[in-house]
Amino acid sequence: MLKMSNIHKVYKTGHVEFRALKGINIEIKDNEYVSIMGPSGSGKSTLMNIMGCLDVPSEGDYTFDDRPVRNLTPNQLAEIRNRKVGFVFQAFNLLPYATAAENVEIPLLFAGMKSKARRLRVTEVLSSVGLADKMDNKPTELSGGEMQRVAIARALANRPNLILADEPTGNLDSASGTEIIKLLDEMHAQGHTIIIITHDQSIGNHTQRIIKLKDGMVFNGNGSPA
Amino acid sequence: MRPSVIINVFLRDFRKQRKRMSLTLLAILWGTFSIMLLLAFGEGLKYQMKHGTRGLGEGIVIVWGGQTSIPFEGFGKGRHIPLVPDDIDYIRQRMPELEAVSGEYIRWGATVKFKDKVLSERINGLFPDYEQLRNFIPQMGGRFINGADIEKRRRVAFLGDRTYERLFSGGSTDASGKESQPLDPVGQTIEIGGTPFLVIGVMQHKMQGSSYQGRDEDVIAIPASTFVALFGDPYLDNIIYKPSDKGDYKGAEKRLFEVMGAKHKFHPDDESALWTWDIMEEEKEEEMIAFGIQLFLGMIGALTLIIAGVGVANIMYVSVRERTREIGIKMALGARRIYILVQFVLEALWITLFGGALGMAMAYVLTEAFRRVEIDSEAISFMGKPTVSLEIGIIVTLILGIIGFLSGLFPAMKASSVDPVQSLRYE
Repeated sequence: MLKMSNIHKVYKTGHVEFRALKGINIEIKDNEYVSIMGPSGSGKSTLMNIMGCLDVPSEGDYTFDDRPVRNLTPNQLAEIRNRKVGFVFQAFNLLPYATAAENVEIPLLFAGMKSKARRLRVTEVLSSVGLADKMDNKPTELSGGEMQRVAIARALANRPNLILADEPTGNLDSASGTEIIKLLDEMHAQGHTIIIITHDQSIGNHTQRIIKLKDGMVFNGNGSPA
Repeated sequence: MRPSVIINVFLRDFRKQRKRMSLTLLAILWGTFSIMLLLAFGEGLKYQMKHGTRGLGEGIVIVWGGQTSIPFEGFGKGRHIPLVPDDIDYIRQRMPELEAVSGEYIRWGATVKFKDKVLSERINGLFPDYEQLRNFIPQMGGRFINGADIEKRRRVAFLGDRTYERLFSGGSTDASGKESQPLDPVGQTIEIGGTPFLVIGVMQHKMQGSSYQGRDEDVIAIPASTFVALFGDPYLDNIIYKPSDKGDYKGAEKRLFEVMGAKHKFHPDDESALWTWDIMEEEKEEEMIAFGIQLFLGMIGALTLIIAGVGVANIMYVSVRERTREIGIKMALGARRIYILVQFVLEALWITLFGGALGMAMAYVLTEAFRRVEIDSEAISFMGKPTVSLEIGIIVTLILGIIGFLSGLFPAMKASSVDPVQSLRYE
């Protein structure tokens, strides 16, 4: 699915350089269920952004689905994000003025799907996360768990292989969190590759492999599948 | 770039942004309204000026006798060149390129009397072709001087519309006076210099932007032959001619100097031997002036619109800042940068074009209303009726399009350069 070798990421603000990632080597296979753990500032989110082709590494080689990301144009990266990656964020990141259905529709719009097909797919995917009756609700009319389920439905809309979840339960109470994890388990069972970034050791233990980050490096030797 | 994607996203998001856009829309509406009104009044003024010149006569040249400035065939300088009655036929025979040639006798201060009303007026001795050349169009029920009048030296008179008012009303010349004249002048008898004349017609009111020797509405016209018999005037006051080819009026003028020079013995290059007044020259000048005025009005209007455009750009910038997170989310979900760019440009364009359309509609309604209202004021009648022409509509639409595009482009460029990683980091 994806392979990173010697990935570095450097942020520059004025004259100050910040090295977020310092030589990451990670390989993740299709249909793996992986968690990435580490303290704040260890580079977890940066790593996820690079994995999801939202950001590009400063150094090193990243291969997504056997394609070297280095050679891809911005439009090709956008297409990968649209078709092959589903993002789930801690803060949900739903558009506040749009209904649940409209939020889920966005990636379908960018994929150029016709309106009838879009409506069908939106209904289908929202039903699969148990929100068939909340399609026309705005985010403010939904609970946190429901909002995250809308976000997961949105991430799944274009049937991407990879789901990237950045602290998906961070803003939720434990009951809702458990539900979300259960949903991700189902996705995994259906064949999706799942990568969860989390602080929660119990969630980490729930996955097949824990990659531990510290100071921008993998330190538990779990970079490659066993 | 798939147009359908952009349009779908745009339509969906725009509905959600409606509220914040309404004030900006109002600014564009006002700007468009202003430019439309200014241009419409400019157009009315242009029409009025053009019409005003036409009132005097279209494509005509008026010639007066002058004074020589070049010695010729033994004659010295400073000799008066008078216009005599047979000059008309003489020119007519030798200059076939002229469509019409006519002349005019004038006498000032003749006593004109109708019942107990006595006025001191200007009397013009005219020929029948004056009707077409100088737009002396009779009102319904009347006629102008004809060939038989000339031949038989009939004592008939054709009155300017204001002469008629002054002569036939009870002395009131105010605005309401117009309606208090039920008397049909045709068939009435007036006295000119003690001689009775039958009134045969009254001139239709016309716009007259320029005049010489009095305005046409003040005319009392009698047949030229009658005039000569009555006053014994041996000289024409002026000669009027109209070239068939409007474009070659300069050539016609040169020929006239040759023809008249041979008859009256002056040098054909002696420009002061005859005075000519070229209406066509004047028409051109007035067209230029009208164009200048309209350009000026248009520029004022365009500036108003540009200010409104700055308003649009401003609101779009604010909108970009408020929506960075939205932009980041869309990028994460697979939006290309060009989608974001086009969406913002479309929003700005839509505001300007929609606001513009409303402004245009308002301006159109107002000018139409203005056209229908009769306002009896000299100033307003000179200003003319505001006219919204197709031309104006196209020009304003183009200006709106450019302003909308530019005011959207820069915020949109900012929007499409948003770093999705940055915009998603903060919550």
